[in-house]
Amino acid sequence: MITIVDYGMGNLRSVQKAVEYLNEDAEISNKKESLENADKIILPGVGAFGQAMDNLTSLGLTDVLTKEVVKKKKPFLGICLGMQLIFDKGHEMGEFRGLGWVPGEVTKMDKGGEDLKIPHVGWDEVKIVKESPLFKGTKDKTAFYFVHSYAVQEIGADVSGTCEYGTEFVAVVQKENIFATQFHPEKSQKDGLKVLKNFLELRDESL
Amino acid sequence: MRNAGTLKIRIIPILLLKENRCVKGKQFKDFIDTGNPTTAAKVYDSQKADELIFIDISRDREHRKKLYEIILQTAEECFMPFTVGGGIVDVEEIRKFLELGADKVSINTAAVENPNLIKEGAERFGSQCVVVAIDVKKTESGKYEVYTRNGIKPTGLDPVDWAKEAKALGAGEILLTSIDKEGMRTGYDLELTAKVADALNIPVIANGGVGTTQDLAEGIKLGHASAVAASSIYHFTDQSTIKARGHMKEAGLNVRPQW
Repeated sequence: MITIVDYGMGNLRSVQKAVEYLNEDAEISNKKESLENADKIILPGVGAFGQAMDNLTSLGLTDVLTKEVVKKKKPFLGICLGMQLIFDKGHEMGEFRGLGWVPGEVTKMDKGGEDLKIPHVGWDEVKIVKESPLFKGTKDKTAFYFVHSYAVQEIGADVSGTCEYGTEFVAVVQKENIFATQFHPEKSQKDGLKVLKNFLELRDESL
Repeated sequence: MRNAGTLKIRIIPILLLKENRCVKGKQFKDFIDTGNPTTAAKVYDSQKADELIFIDISRDREHRKKLYEIILQTAEECFMPFTVGGGIVDVEEIRKFLELGADKVSINTAAVENPNLIKEGAERFGSQCVVVAIDVKKTESGKYEVYTRNGIKPTGLDPVDWAKEAKALGAGEILLTSIDKEGMRTGYDLELTAKVADALNIPVIANGGVGTTQDLAEGIKLGHASAVAASSIYHFTDQSTIKARGHMKEAGLNVRPQW
């Protein structure tokens, strides 16, 4: 069973429908037990960083997430804001601590100059910088759907894919069992579903 | 227009909904039925359209429940981004559409009558999911003016000023429609589109008037839009988003590959 973490931030149903389309069951839940019983965990999310961390904390989910993902090494997929939250810090409407599983900070994408249109919205190419099981069957520079104004604009050791818009930013992360995408695989038609399928098909030996 | 790097130009079919059917008119009048919305959405998805926009123009609320079903069904069957607009008056309705599977919402009349809604929506869900739709008519004196309530009510607002204000309040994108051009298939109002697109550092989606794939390319090249919306061309001619993409690629524009 896959658990999709429900923390009051956005478009959970689309992720669930995409998982079901790929013939896996997914439960949307904000219960600790569901995270403890899950084989895999997906953290989607749309909205602001600080609010998201507040919601996770007040639901008592930050510790159990860290226990299941970092200690027990359950396969985890963060999507969009759910990717940003695994980093150290977010600078959206204030400064907030993230889950801190991967080093890096989430900042406004305004380094490309005054006339660069923000949000970064639409289909953009992902450059594969490091192999990851998430990319199985995916060509370098395939376009996926992005919609965001903030990004991690330092390319650390755990980055598998990048995208460039004004500056280079993190598009895909893999740190052992922790996977994350800044783009929306559940909204990226055939190419996105392939990435999601690759995550769903992960087995322990491939990590 | 600034080079947006590898970001693809978006080709966006608009589905206008009236009493839960797709309709299409001319200059916001004389609507005719053009079919079932979910069927249309699936066709656009299979043609690899980049996004979809649903705008509900039903005047009574009795069809709203069915609209929710249409949105949910689209989200279940089309794994692509889409925006929903029409009749959104509060953040609760924004939340509802996002929960049903929409990625963005489009606010028009309510944004003019209660600009704070843009701010509330952006604060709660992020600017990236708040699209402000602006309908514009050229007045007899040759000036552009924003109209609300499906093109009926003049507001006295200048489209550039209003778009800038909407941006300042938190709008993440502008859906710009020329009422005069809408449904006429004679091309976008490129002067209007360029005026608004050049004045803003958020994406502008051009809409209203596309009759040929050439018009789409001009919306980007001369209108400086980030994305091109259209509907008549897809309903009433033999042009599809596949052909649109092919033409734009030939015109040297950065679109997604077809396969």
